Amino acid sequence: MRELAQGVIQPLAAEVDRDHRFPEEAVKAAAEAGLLGVLIPREYGGAGLDALAFAICIEEIAQACASSAVIVDVHTSVGSEPMLLFGTEDQKRKWLPKLASGELLGAFALTEPASGSDAASLKMSARRKGGGYVLNGTKVFITNIGRAGLYIVFARSGEEKAAGISAFLVPSNAEGVKVGQVFTKMGLNGSPTGELVLEDVEVPAENRLGAEGQGFTVAMRALDSGRIGISGQALGIAQAAVDESRALLASRGRDQGDDFLLADMATRLESARLLAYHAAWLCGAGRPFTRQASMAKLHCTDTAMQLAIDALQLAGDEGTISGSPFDRHFRDAKALQIYEGSNQVQRLVVARDILR
Amino acid sequence: MDFEFSEEQIAIRDTVRELVQDRVAPRAAEIDAKAEYPKDIEKLFADNGILGIPFPEQYGGISGSSVTICMAVEEIAKACASSSLILAVQALGSYPILVAGSEEQKKRLCPPLASGEKVAAYALSETGSGSDAAAMKTVAKRHGNEYVLNGSKQFITGGSVAGTLVVFAQTDPGADHRGISAFVLERESSPWKAPKLEHKLGIRGSPTAELVFEDVKVPVANRLGEEGAGFKIALAVLDRSRPGIGAQALGIAEGAFDYALNYVKERKQFGQPISSFQGIQFMLADIATQIEAARHLVYRAATKVDTKAPDLTKIAAMAKLFASDMAMKVTTDCVQLLGGYGYISDYPVERMMRDAKITQIYEGTNQIQRVVIARALLK
Repeated sequence: MRELAQGVIQPLAAEVDRDHRFPEEAVKAAAEAGLLGVLIPREYGGAGLDALAFAICIEEIAQACASSAVIVDVHTSVGSEPMLLFGTEDQKRKWLPKLASGELLGAFALTEPASGSDAASLKMSARRKGGGYVLNGTKVFITNIGRAGLYIVFARSGEEKAAGISAFLVPSNAEGVKVGQVFTKMGLNGSPTGELVLEDVEVPAENRLGAEGQGFTVAMRALDSGRIGISGQALGIAQAAVDESRALLASRGRDQGDDFLLADMATRLESARLLAYHAAWLCGAGRPFTRQASMAKLHCTDTAMQLAIDALQLAGDEGTISGSPFDRHFRDAKALQIYEGSNQVQRLVVARDILR
Repeated sequence: MDFEFSEEQIAIRDTVRELVQDRVAPRAAEIDAKAEYPKDIEKLFADNGILGIPFPEQYGGISGSSVTICMAVEEIAKACASSSLILAVQALGSYPILVAGSEEQKKRLCPPLASGEKVAAYALSETGSGSDAAAMKTVAKRHGNEYVLNGSKQFITGGSVAGTLVVFAQTDPGADHRGISAFVLERESSPWKAPKLEHKLGIRGSPTAELVFEDVKVPVANRLGEEGAGFKIALAVLDRSRPGIGAQALGIAEGAFDYALNYVKERKQFGQPISSFQGIQFMLADIATQIEAARHLVYRAATKVDTKAPDLTKIAAMAKLFASDMAMKVTTDCVQLLGGYGYISDYPVERMMRDAKITQIYEGTNQIQRVVIARALLK
């Protein structure tokens, strides 16, 4: 894993960031190493490993290239895992082997322009037609946009509440599936983010994931374990920030102020890592883990941002030059505090769970 | 203690504010995206007297007060940090002349800067000499009535576009920081080269240049102060310019907060504006408090520059440290308040977050500010 990340993925990272280029080679290498099916059971062509193994994989990739990590993370976690949990046997047989091998890249389409933290208010419509559904609407901030072969899409098939939402498997080659604006972002430049526009997309009933009206539950459960992946991504960025700071201080004169900062960075990283691994371990053991996953996502991503800022500070002017890993980590880290539930939403989840 | 600005200062600020909102704000995103020096904005500032703010009237300027410089830098930085450096560096590059120049030098060198006909820059850092300025390698050898400069400088803001450049060089290479002298180079008569501009995280419209000096001749009349006085001049200048970086950080934070505050009032989730949620309200309260605290420290330090207060060094370092750390934190939180929209370049706050980072680094890293403050405390 480390060999792959450091040997194949890391050398691409600066270029992928500079050119805003999809890291084709990284995704291909991850597929060949079986990483795209890490959570998928062996009978469907995956590796059948648990959430902890998954978190460690994402951490290793993120340490090399955070763009590559989020592509693999979204594919493996929220883009595939819901099918393991809520899919029918037919759905699993049809889609999972292709997702496990990387023949298809997965994606997750929940957020809409007016529906971010308030996911239950989403507007995309799923109208019954014959034996299936017709989907209409626009999703925004979709990771793997334009690259995914299969989108898990959440749309309203019933009432104006959470219980009116259903989940659907929408192949990218279905008629009416369009890519809208692809965003220029502050960081994660190798990972395409943009709008998914569905215009009269016909989806057969067999592509509904879970029961009608179960979509919100599917989404929330997907995001619970998604948060473990994002925690892993944060740990990778934070570890890279610590390693690069260490190398920098070893190569130049340093004083006690530098040493204290490095000690604080490493301590904070260790606490974040243990929180994330604990949440992953609970998840793998089949125990409740919602609160721990939210705490891990909150603490790991805040840690990644702070450590990226600290490392850039240690590097000084030279760290701010484009192409420097310090500059890249700083820009990449910020997204993690925002996506898969902003850190404000994580605080809501944690507080609600404590006060339950 | 007086917390009020003079009528004249307020008039200057209002003029700058209006000009910036009309002419600079609409250009800011493009300046960042293209990483292009906004020559048009330099001209706008020159034509409207803004580049004359750092100079007293007797040298062709309109103020010379640090408080006024800070007010103008803050206003510009609210919209565009790159453009605010045009004024901040005009002040930085002119301070050595105003602080250490003879009357003849001030009368000769300042008017073309005050009119905006030329812009100034300040060249201290080298590849092997950042926080440790005394380790510099650029040398100036005297031959009769002139010096010959050889060496290079790194991370020089505006060094490629300046017409007047203050350069620090060793005149007595064995003498450590006591061998450093300060020189004013005028581009026509003492041309330097700028072979490389850096591509950066932020302040992308402000050129950061590597400068090379190959047998550059400078008349003795352009040496500031005595031989060997350069290091003292460099430090005295940084004391005076640090409140300006504080003001820049303050402006960046205020620009981001203005935007985020409007956004949270308009953005609706769960059937109400997100500003109605206490978690968001607490963030807003913390941000506004941090900005207010930084503002007072910045203007206190600027006042100390203007009154030549004895504890100027310490307070100026505190203002730069606190305001720049504040700007980093506040802009990071403002991106957070906009969520996914904050992270994309269709909205201005991610640019402001990238711009904020450098304020913790340049004109003495915040580690150096802490060293300066601790030294003053333990003296």
